[in-house]
Amino acid sequence: MVKRQPKPMASAAPSAKAKASAKGSTRAARTPASDAVMDRDELLQAYETMLLIRRFEEKAGQLYGMGLIGGFCHLYIGQEAVVTGMQHAIGAGDQVITSYRDHGHMLACGMDPRGVMAELTGRSGGYSHGKGGSMHMFSKEKGFYGGHGIVGAQVSLGTGLAFANHYRGNQHVCLTYFGEGASNQGQVFESFNLASLMKLPVVFIIENNRYGMGTSVERASASRDLSQNGAPWHIPGLQVDGMDVLAVKRAGMQAVAHCRAGNGPFLLEMMTYRYRGHSMSDPAKYRTREEVEKMRAEHDCIDLARRELETLGVDDEALKVIDTAIKTRIAEAADFAQASPEPAESELWTDILVEV
Amino acid sequence: MSTEILMPALSPTMTEGKLAKWLKQVGDQVKSGDVLAEIETDKATMEVEAVDEGELLKILVPAGTDNVAVNAPIAILGRQGEMLEAPSARSAPAPQHAVATSAPTADIVPARPSAPVLQHEKEWGATSEMTVREALRDAMAAEMRRDPEVFLMGEEVAQYQGAYKISQGLLDEFGGKRVIDTPITEHGFTGMAVGAAMSGLKPIVEFMTFNFAMQAIDQIINSAAKTLYMSGGQMGCPIVFRGPNGAAARVAAQHSQCYASWYAHCPGLKVVAPYSAADAKGLLRAAIRDPNPVIFLENEILYGHKFAVPTDEDFILPIGKAKIERVGEEVTIIAFSLMVDVALKAADLLDQHGISAEVINLRTIRPLDIETIVASVKKTNRVVCVEEGWPFAGIGAEIAMQITEHAFDWLDAPPARVAGLDVPMPYAANLEKLALPQPSWVVDAVKKLF
Repeated sequence: MVKRQPKPMASAAPSAKAKASAKGSTRAARTPASDAVMDRDELLQAYETMLLIRRFEEKAGQLYGMGLIGGFCHLYIGQEAVVTGMQHAIGAGDQVITSYRDHGHMLACGMDPRGVMAELTGRSGGYSHGKGGSMHMFSKEKGFYGGHGIVGAQVSLGTGLAFANHYRGNQHVCLTYFGEGASNQGQVFESFNLASLMKLPVVFIIENNRYGMGTSVERASASRDLSQNGAPWHIPGLQVDGMDVLAVKRAGMQAVAHCRAGNGPFLLEMMTYRYRGHSMSDPAKYRTREEVEKMRAEHDCIDLARRELETLGVDDEALKVIDTAIKTRIAEAADFAQASPEPAESELWTDILVEV
Repeated sequence: MSTEILMPALSPTMTEGKLAKWLKQVGDQVKSGDVLAEIETDKATMEVEAVDEGELLKILVPAGTDNVAVNAPIAILGRQGEMLEAPSARSAPAPQHAVATSAPTADIVPARPSAPVLQHEKEWGATSEMTVREALRDAMAAEMRRDPEVFLMGEEVAQYQGAYKISQGLLDEFGGKRVIDTPITEHGFTGMAVGAAMSGLKPIVEFMTFNFAMQAIDQIINSAAKTLYMSGGQMGCPIVFRGPNGAAARVAAQHSQCYASWYAHCPGLKVVAPYSAADAKGLLRAAIRDPNPVIFLENEILYGHKFAVPTDEDFILPIGKAKIERVGEEVTIIAFSLMVDVALKAADLLDQHGISAEVINLRTIRPLDIETIVASVKKTNRVVCVEEGWPFAGIGAEIAMQITEHAFDWLDAPPARVAGLDVPMPYAANLEKLALPQPSWVVDAVKKLF
């Protein structure tokens, strides 16, 4: 199994640990190597998803540079293990909701890269027929509920999706993602209170990539351990190495089981890192080049998974096959996104209200 | 195969930039993610990272070059020793701009499809007297009996039986699962209700007053109203936001505002403002059944007023249809909510002055029943809009504009409006009375048109 890796940033937090709230009974997110959370085939699948997201985002960056994608475009490069690991911890009928840095979440949910890329280029073949763009895509079929542009708003919405599960008495869980920047919004704490009070099946996932746009977490939050931000509401929390897809899945399984058992919400703080700027127009002068390089070189989630696969006996040739297949899929997505026509002008007036 | 590296667009507005510095030189090996060059955009100095791998074969644009157009080739990447293709042989795709750079002219903007013509109001037969308060309660109870996915949530709606006793008895009948007391946390519970609606449930959210909904207006507009459009029609939001709106009596500036024009401004919302108990019952039932987000603006003063309400258990009213409360010939007075009462009193006074006034109760503010308004104005040739809210960018301003667009040639006088004074609501009894439209204000406004 995977070797224990150091934390993404030594200064960011103490080593991965579990801290239970008054009521929770949590344990270490990283457990001994014998505790396999993914077999070889599943890890290969996870590797493929992470690589798909990375190659997709690189292509999106390239198309943005060519002027084919407009407006805001927030890339997920570096954080791929978070959504991938969490997706392996849930099942059919569970829901996913996130902010505007959402391409990775959609691909992990199984949405078609062609439809996502065509939305980025503002074409009729996009998931929202070109009316949403990078920040606003949805697929009820795949359990993906957006795609929201107001920082923190998706946290209350995700709590509402969990409320609906609770109301209907099903066993589904809602994964509600937000950044460490959003974690300071008032409605996030309002949602913690409501979810705990009503025992709603929601996993709150803070993707702590260390910078809310250009402001580091240390400059934005007086809380030094965001995994404990739910403690006043008795929400158990775990800090997780978000660059390690196995650690993410393991923590995700614990959180999801807690929710399905009717114990209310769970909070996961994923220690992760984005390699690119906040959006395409961010020169990222608030951190050093060396900091980014060190993360890429030492804690890259795809490199970690590849090394793990090698120890499981997966050879270079097999990985190359995956690599090539993904390159083809991404090229197809990019072609589709450019060939798909712009939405018809009549689309301007549709979907404002459901016709009665 | 060699690849051209193009001058990238690095912001939503960038069309050209300065190639400030090359960080890789010809002959250098380049990996994906390596910084190739620095570019000065209209906003900042940005680093350009390589996407592909290979050797930097040629630099086409030297460092220090200004005004390099987006998408112009700036370098060539390829395998070591590879023969260079002529850059011109593979022209870069032309940049495409999704957003028109100039304002669209009228003839190329697709026309808004016209609204379907609404049907005449159905006759509902026998009636009985009830208060607006009872009518609202009965409407919710009827719809909750009809559809198990309808539920009510808000502050004090369950055990306390409603701050204004609108939800009296609902907890007993439907239980705590469907009549839910929330903590005082408007932003959070509104977002939660919108999320529940996105999954297909049909929440009724009671605000103790719409003044408190300002805490939650982001979720109402950005999440509830816009998501259907942003999702290309996938993600509907069947939800009702209801509660008292506007001035009550002596509750001062933070509890007295009318939000009609705020919500009516937004595509993606329906905005309903009942006057009578029949309006309240029929329109609330329609709002709950509507698959869209509906803002339902009630009035605290009207809660205790009694009106005749049809006893037919299927009684419902269409959203988007105004009601002619009083037929008249010489002036049209348009009002909604409590101001219908003011308009009717003004019409009585005008009658004494020998002026026959028609009173339209809007019932729904958005979509506005402009057909009924225009038909009346074409008959009377004069119009006064009455609203309790502030005049600037108010409902009266919108109606006056639409009448000007649709019935200008029928007007014998400019459209007029009566509105609350353009001041925060004062507490003192005498000052509050001076700030709110009175029947005499309407009479004066009408007289000026003759």
